[in-house]
Amino acid sequence: MATTLTINGEQKSFDAPPEMPLLWVLRDILGMTGTKFGCGIAQCGACTVHIDGKAVRSCVLPVSAVQGRPVTTIEAVGNSPAGAKVQKAWLDLEVIQCGYCQSGQIMAAAALLSATPNPDDSDIDAAMAGNICRCGTYVRIREAIKQAASGRQS
Amino acid sequence: MRRVKRILLSLAVIIIAAVAIGVWIIRGPGPLDFAGGNKAAVADYRAGKPTGVPVALEKASLVERGEYLAKAADCMVCHTKPGEKQFAGGLAFKLPFGTLYSTNITPDKETGIGNYSDQDFLNAVQRGKRHDGAMLYPAMPYASYTYMTDEDLLAVKAYLFSLPPVRAPAPENTLAFPFNQRWAMLFWSAVFNPDTRFAPDTSKSPEWNRGAYLTEALAHCGECHTPRNLGFALDNRKKFAGAVTAGWRAFNISSDKATGLGNWSDEALVSYLSTGHALGHGTASGPMGEAVDHSLSQLAPEDVRAIAVYLRSIPPQASPDLPATTAPAAPASHKEGVTADARGKMVFEGACVSCHGWTGESLVSPTATLTGSWAVNDPAATNVAQIVLSGTKRTTPDGALSMPAFGNAYSDDEIAAVANYVTARFGAKGSKLTAKDVAELRQQTAQ
Amino acid sequence: MLTAEKLRQQDSADGISRRALLTGGLATGFLLAFHLPLRAAVNEPEQPKDATDGKFAPNAFIRIDESGQTTLIMPQVEMGQGIYTSISMILAEELDADWAKVAVLHAPPNDKFYANPVFGLQATGGSTSIRAWWKPLRAAGASARAMLVQAAAVQWQVEPASCTTSKGEVLHAASGRKLGYGELALAAQGETAPKDVPVKDPKDFVYIGQPLKRLDTPDKVNGKVVYGIDAILPNMKIATVAACPVFGGKVGKVDDSAAVKIPGVRKVVVLEDTVAVIGDHMWAAKKGLEALKIEWNEGPNAKLGTKDIWQHLRAAIEKDGAVAKSVGDIAKGLASGDKFEASFELPFLAHASMEPINATVHVRPDACEIWTGTQIMTRVQSEAAKAAGLPVDKVIVNNHLLGGGFGRKLEPDMVITAVKIAKQVGYPVKVIWTREEDIQHDVYRPVYRDQVTATLVDGKVAAWKYKIAGSAVIARWLPPAFQKGVDIDAVDAAVETPYDFSNFHVEYVRAEPPAVPTGFWRGVGPNNNVFAFECAMDELARKAGKDPVEFRRSMLTKSPRALAVLNLTAEKSGWGEKLPPRVGRGVCLQPSFASFLATVVEAEIDDIGEIVLRRVTSVVDTGIAVNPDTVKAQIEGGLIFGLTAALYGEITIDKGRVQQSNFHDYRMMRINETPKIEVTVVKSGEAPGGIGEAGVNAGPPALRNAIYAATGVALRRLPIDRSLIAVGKKA
Repeated sequence: MATTLTINGEQKSFDAPPEMPLLWVLRDILGMTGTKFGCGIAQCGACTVHIDGKAVRSCVLPVSAVQGRPVTTIEAVGNSPAGAKVQKAWLDLEVIQCGYCQSGQIMAAAALLSATPNPDDSDIDAAMAGNICRCGTYVRIREAIKQAASGRQS
Repeated sequence: MRRVKRILLSLAVIIIAAVAIGVWIIRGPGPLDFAGGNKAAVADYRAGKPTGVPVALEKASLVERGEYLAKAADCMVCHTKPGEKQFAGGLAFKLPFGTLYSTNITPDKETGIGNYSDQDFLNAVQRGKRHDGAMLYPAMPYASYTYMTDEDLLAVKAYLFSLPPVRAPAPENTLAFPFNQRWAMLFWSAVFNPDTRFAPDTSKSPEWNRGAYLTEALAHCGECHTPRNLGFALDNRKKFAGAVTAGWRAFNISSDKATGLGNWSDEALVSYLSTGHALGHGTASGPMGEAVDHSLSQLAPEDVRAIAVYLRSIPPQASPDLPATTAPAAPASHKEGVTADARGKMVFEGACVSCHGWTGESLVSPTATLTGSWAVNDPAATNVAQIVLSGTKRTTPDGALSMPAFGNAYSDDEIAAVANYVTARFGAKGSKLTAKDVAELRQQTAQ
Repeated sequence: MLTAEKLRQQDSADGISRRALLTGGLATGFLLAFHLPLRAAVNEPEQPKDATDGKFAPNAFIRIDESGQTTLIMPQVEMGQGIYTSISMILAEELDADWAKVAVLHAPPNDKFYANPVFGLQATGGSTSIRAWWKPLRAAGASARAMLVQAAAVQWQVEPASCTTSKGEVLHAASGRKLGYGELALAAQGETAPKDVPVKDPKDFVYIGQPLKRLDTPDKVNGKVVYGIDAILPNMKIATVAACPVFGGKVGKVDDSAAVKIPGVRKVVVLEDTVAVIGDHMWAAKKGLEALKIEWNEGPNAKLGTKDIWQHLRAAIEKDGAVAKSVGDIAKGLASGDKFEASFELPFLAHASMEPINATVHVRPDACEIWTGTQIMTRVQSEAAKAAGLPVDKVIVNNHLLGGGFGRKLEPDMVITAVKIAKQVGYPVKVIWTREEDIQHDVYRPVYRDQVTATLVDGKVAAWKYKIAGSAVIARWLPPAFQKGVDIDAVDAAVETPYDFSNFHVEYVRAEPPAVPTGFWRGVGPNNNVFAFECAMDELARKAGKDPVEFRRSMLTKSPRALAVLNLTAEKSGWGEKLPPRVGRGVCLQPSFASFLATVVEAEIDDIGEIVLRRVTSVVDTGIAVNPDTVKAQIEGGLIFGLTAALYGEITIDKGRVQQSNFHDYRMMRINETPKIEVTVVKSGEAPGGIGEAGVNAGPPALRNAIYAATGVALRRLPIDRSLIAVGKKA
């Protein structure tokens, strides 16, 4: 069944069963590997993308539920002001270690900042607690979100 | 001496009368008594065929017909231990006075029912009497199955006998005295099992009668949804008013507008029965999820409609502990709405929000929407806590539907906290579960 | 399905000879590695087969082209620890390269050039990278620089000694001339590598010691980075697997009739103990796997449970162990004074790196090509060769960045399985383990039981007997390093104590748990040592009536580095300042991996035993910190890794199966539980120590000691049992 989605502003058409999670469409059909598989049960956040600007776990999101709604992935999050600020803060503070969870962390943080430009600690917890990092970069993630929000430089 | 004899005699009469009145009071009405109407024997009912299989299967083999009926009667779920061979028994029923295990109903001659004659089978299912004469505990809902026709039951037997025999002795029950006295079940059965077959009501439509047969005799909905009386039998004075069974709350399915099905559309009701989900009403989990997956979703569409028609006719029974209306969606911001329980919020924002959202309306699937479900609107939070503990794993026509079981890695206190948070944020009134309550709920569903 | 037995067979057969180890510079394991002169293939005239044409390629690590682009070849793998940047900094420092022109390449598998000098094997683990490569890479950089200087001097007709270098240029101050390394590349290629070139005086370092930006992170913010799991090849299919859930079990019958009907399913592959479904995409493969009806032959371990494992271990520790170290007279020491005895237990743990294990393999008639992220390049190559039935030189391994390693990728099992699957088809197959399969078929951190018997005289430890029982991972993984019954890894931080114990005795009992495969897990052997050691120290302090920091301080007369980090941590953590009820501070001091780390955890324990981490303070002396920001990040992350295990980590076994499966029941610390963490890296001129593991081992004992301070309950097992620390409970 041919499906057409708007991903990062581009129309993409492909054949996929309707219940197939968006994650695997992105990775295995469209070759967009920036979005990561971590758990498959929405417990780790590595697969986070934006649907209508909101952070959503693509590993449990049936592709049929995405039709007509714009998708943004890590590959294009830098095109939004919030996404660009987050990417910059992530590098300025050297948040990243192995980096595997960071696509999801950055997507979650960018969605947070576009909805809540000046998040406090409880906003950060509410937006980021669903994203697991095994390397333990949480302290820097929190700091980088605050830096991205304030626009200050390290 | 005559005097003494007369006194004794009078006493005996009084006792018998008292017992009879007591029995009459305790037993209460039968499951179909609410409808009034004139009853006819199935054989004499000409308006339609309330028993048997749907039209499409009428020409099918005995075994195929039996398979359909076995699904409608949902035999497999109770007679299968999770992860083990189907129908081989071993599922634990945690009762306040001990644990019962379901038995092997595969045709294995030693450990199953391979030696059962037709009459043995009917005796067991309609009368609660085992092949060896011992009485079954009413965890086996024979007081409901008793309404099934001989013909239908023997079709079920033919299906069961077509399965591969599995050698699997049932674990020993661990009931405390006096509940371990099987013979006492004779009295229970005498009082509470009507031992009678379904009799159609000539004043009702054929569809209603089909629905009544399926609902009462096969699907045995009342076994969970009707409160029990002092004798642990169904109290049909409160028919379908909802009850807590095996650690899960079976909600009110009477036609009460506020707390029952009175305000559900036909479409929603049929959808819930056949898929376990209806927009705005949540998603079936736990025992109801199993009933949908293994039984209701397997029924012919006309049978599901018949059940819906029948359910609509059940007199309203209010559930006073439930709110008059379910709560609307919660605010989008975590800071607005109910945010009292800090630990509950911590668990929720880590493990739950990704699927359920801050509003309760899921961003990933309507089946994960909490808003509008009775589970989150139940101030006892029984089902919320159970789902968090044991998760959901269902197969629906749209694919797998699952929620992980958090019970092994989250403490009783955390589960109580998150249940309290969820009911407060997404329901009408927050629950006040404690770690001890959660420990008890765990006990009731542990296998 | 992996079993311990199988792992042992696999590794003892894989041809690591004792000679190879010795030539690599390791005789007695990495315990002593930092005391040994390390040698590696620096300045080998022979070059690996990468393209060196038109480039200055003085050794196996440095390539400079005519544009001055400086490509550094990474013998160690990058799994988040920042090693690509640190190795590049060491090379660039001595080379005086222009940092802006530095790029890195993964090394191909080649033990001759890239073997980790500590292991004699191209492996990344055990916090050895900097320690192992510090000297060889400095020498490699310095020698390359000398060749560039020589080339310039020849061109200018001046004395080499009159030339200097800076940022990728050779300068001749007297004449004001300068030439870029790119301009000198071809000429320098003709120079012979000089012998014994002096390295820089640390005071002249321009890169080392600076928090330079990591080289690997820019591509990690935009999805460009390619991990093993991201490999894409023409005609590639995706497979996912189910291994027999019972350790040691095999596949019985497989009914694939429903699976092959699922659209996108290509093939069902049945191996001895694993079933794989190959599909057009992971979803088809997953659906196909779910649709299989598999009967397993569960084998002899089908009744094994966690209880049996503990019973086995508790019995094992009663045996006499092999002596790992003995100083003074332990019998005499234990005979007098105030006696203390305690046993500590650690559970099995899974690695759960965020990138689930995976490997992409294309088996062609004449070759096998692999795309993966591994910590053991050459072992993967040799194991794949065996599985493919090809000579080693026909196996090409393309390494990738790792989405976390933590020791899991020190094992080749995922590659072996992937090769066996790929052998059955002609196209490339990417085999991805689901999280559930990853957690249930790990090579687990061993269970350990540690027994400490000590005596106190005058408020100080007079005798310390320490017995450790657990897996000998080294014996399986690096057999020549297992000598005289002592696993040098399992006792690593037990024998290296900073405290002045005059009677000191360490024994080791090898106890392999039945059926469950065990391996390295971040923090490695010191996982158990630091925990038991520092928990016992706190209990002894209390017995002596002393403050835990003061108690330790009083016995650090011969270890100034340990004392300094302890003092600074105490100061920075507010040690001794008053705390509310049920809030405690706990300290941990450890010398491990040639670094010294002191940590204070401050935690609150509520009435029902739930724990809130308030604050963690660490001070580390790792010698020369090549990149201090990376050192800091490793400690921060290591602390969280270790605290996660202390709070939640435990793999349990029932009916021969692992009971945990994904993050809902194998729980991870999240950002909303993370305390403030303050790490200080002290300036030091000592040789650099290891850092990746240290933080992991600091968290659990420091937290446990904080709980001890707050509640008075001396916990002796991990993970922390909340029910023991609720109000009114005593352990």
